Amino acid sequence: MNPESFRYSKEHEWINGEGELRTLGITDHAQAELGDIVFVELPKEGDHLKAMQPFGTVESVKAVSELFSPVAGEVVEVNRDLEEHPERINEDPYGKGWLLRIRVADARSIEPLMTEAEYRKYIQDSSR
Amino acid sequence: MKRGNSFTRREGVIFDIGGEGRKGYALPDLDVPPCDWYREGAEPFRDDIDGFPRVSEAEVVRHFTRLSKMNYGIDDGLYPLGSCSMKYNPKINEELARDERFCGVHPLQPESTVQGCLQLQWELEEFLKEITGLAGFTLQPAAGAQGELTGLLIIRALQRQRGDNRPVVLIPDSAHGTNPASVRLSGYRAEEIPSDAKGCIDLERLRRRMDRDVAALMLTNPNTLGIFEEQIEAICQVVHEKGGLVYCDGANLNALVGVARPGDMGIDLLHVNLHKTFSTPHGGGGPGAGPLGVVEELLPFLPFPRVIRDGERYLWEENRPNAVGRVHGFFGNFGILLRAYAYILSNGPAGLRAVAEGAVLNANYLRALLEKDFHIPYEARSLHEVVFSDQKQESAGVRTIDIAKRLMDHGFHPPTIYFPLIVRGAMMVEPTETETIQELDAFAAALQLIAAEVRESPELVRTAPHTTPVGRLDEVAAARHPIFRWRGPE
Repeated sequence: MNPESFRYSKEHEWINGEGELRTLGITDHAQAELGDIVFVELPKEGDHLKAMQPFGTVESVKAVSELFSPVAGEVVEVNRDLEEHPERINEDPYGKGWLLRIRVADARSIEPLMTEAEYRKYIQDSSR
Repeated sequence: MKRGNSFTRREGVIFDIGGEGRKGYALPDLDVPPCDWYREGAEPFRDDIDGFPRVSEAEVVRHFTRLSKMNYGIDDGLYPLGSCSMKYNPKINEELARDERFCGVHPLQPESTVQGCLQLQWELEEFLKEITGLAGFTLQPAAGAQGELTGLLIIRALQRQRGDNRPVVLIPDSAHGTNPASVRLSGYRAEEIPSDAKGCIDLERLRRRMDRDVAALMLTNPNTLGIFEEQIEAICQVVHEKGGLVYCDGANLNALVGVARPGDMGIDLLHVNLHKTFSTPHGGGGPGAGPLGVVEELLPFLPFPRVIRDGERYLWEENRPNAVGRVHGFFGNFGILLRAYAYILSNGPAGLRAVAEGAVLNANYLRALLEKDFHIPYEARSLHEVVFSDQKQESAGVRTIDIAKRLMDHGFHPPTIYFPLIVRGAMMVEPTETETIQELDAFAAALQLIAAEVRESPELVRTAPHTTPVGRLDEVAAARHPIFRWRGPE
C-alpha cells in the first residue's frame, strides 16, 4: 500500500516529510514495473535538482529509466546503502529504499502533487 | 558434471577440460642451439598464465563443436527479433564476398588497380539514392548508430555554418535507444515527444513544442510499433517551418523499400541498416554498415572520402573542406557493402518491392493468427512487425519474459521483449519476408500452445525453459554481482 501521508508524481516518485527537509523515492508501482533493480545512479550531496528534470537513473534487468524530481531543491543526503543493495528499492520502496533527502526550494511546490487516492486513480487510468 | 546425451549435455568452460601435459601441436626437435631470453637481455614475451588450458587438438575441436551446436541462428529457423530484421542472408552474397578478386585487394592499392571496387561503391550509392529519394550517401558508418551520430554531426555543421546553434533534438517516446544516445554523444540534448493514442507522434504536441531551439526531430518510420506515421508530411512541415531538420532512423526501411521513399516524404537525413533491409549478416555484433543519406543542401558535409566518377574512371574525392571528417578507417566495411550491392542487384526493383510486401504480409499474417491469444496494445494496422503484450497472461502470473523463455522449449528464438518501452510487457515480432507460410504457422502454433499452457499450467511457463542445456538463468544475480572472468576452483 502507498502511504497516505506521502505525495506522488506522474513520474512515479514519492516525496514525504515536513518542513523544508523531505525524503524522496520511487513508488511501489514503479519498482514493480521496473522489476529487479540492479543499479542506481544518484546525484551528489549539494547538487541542485530542477523540478521535472532527470536527476539520476535506475537500472533493472528490463530497462534503464530516468529518475525525475517532483520538485526543485538541494540534495542533502544520498542513500549510500543502495550502492551495494539496490534491491532495497524493490523490498521496501517507502522505507529503506529511499533515494534522497532534499532541501525543498519552495514548500508550496509540493501542493500540486498527487495525494495517495489521486495517485491510485492515476495508475488505474494509465494502465493500458 | 552431468554428462547427458550429446544434444542436451551442458558444456563447461574450456578450463574444465584437458589435463597436464596435453597440447594441440607438435613441433620438430630444435636443430639450432637454444637461446636464453633472459641471458640475452631481451624481455620474455609473457609469463606463464596460471590455469591456462592444457588440451589436445581433439578436445578443442569437440569443445567448440559442441558449443556451436547450442547456437541458434538465421540458418536454423525463424528469428523473429522485432526491429532487428533477422532475414535470411543469401549464400551467394557470401560467395561473392569471399571471391579473391574482392577479398584479395588492399585499401592502400592505387585507384587504377581497384576500379571495380570503386565502381561498386559508386553504384551502391546510386542505388541507395534511387531507393530512398535522397541526394547522396556516405557508405562509411559501420552501424546504424554510427550513421545517426554522423547525421547529427552534419546537422550541427550546417547550423554552425548558419550561425544558429540549437541545443535540442526531439525524439518520440517509442524511439530506439540508440537515438537519444547518439544525440547525447553529439552534444545535443534529447527531449521526448509523446505518442498519441494511435501510437504515432502527437502532431499537436509537436506543433506546440517546435521552436527555434530545436535542431532536429529524429523519428523512425514505420515506428517501433510497426505503425506508419501517416502524418509524416505534416510532421516534416512543422519542423521545417521553424528551421529544424528531420532525421529518419532507417531501421524499418524494409517495410517501405521499393514502395515509398523517405526523401519524398520530407526527410532530410536517413541511415540505412544494410544488415537489416539489405540482408547482410548481423554477425556476432558486427561488422554492420549504416550508410547515411542526406538531401542536396547537406551534401558538402558528408564525411570523406567519397567515390566520384570522372568519365569512365572512379576515384576518391579526398578534398571535401566542409566534411565533418572521417568516420571509419579506410573505406567502411567494404565486404558488407558488397553483399548489399549483390542483394540489390539480385532482387531488382520489383524484387525489392516484393521484399517489403512480403515482410508486411508475414507480420500481418502472424498478427491475425495470434491476436485472439495475445493482447495488441495499439490497434493501428501493422507494417513489417507487430507488437503484442502480456496483458492477457498477467492474471495467471505469467509475464513476457516467461513466454519468451518458453518459446525456446518449442524450438524458436524468442522475439524482442520489453521494447518499445511505451508498451508494458512488449513482445515485438518481426518475421521478415524470408519465412514460408509453414514456418509462420509453426511459430504461431507454438505461441498458441504457450497461451494454452498459461491457462492450464502457468507454472510450466513461469519456470521455462526446460529443454535447453541451461535452464532459467538468475539474471538479477548476474547483474548485481557480475563475475567477468573464470576463476579456478577455490
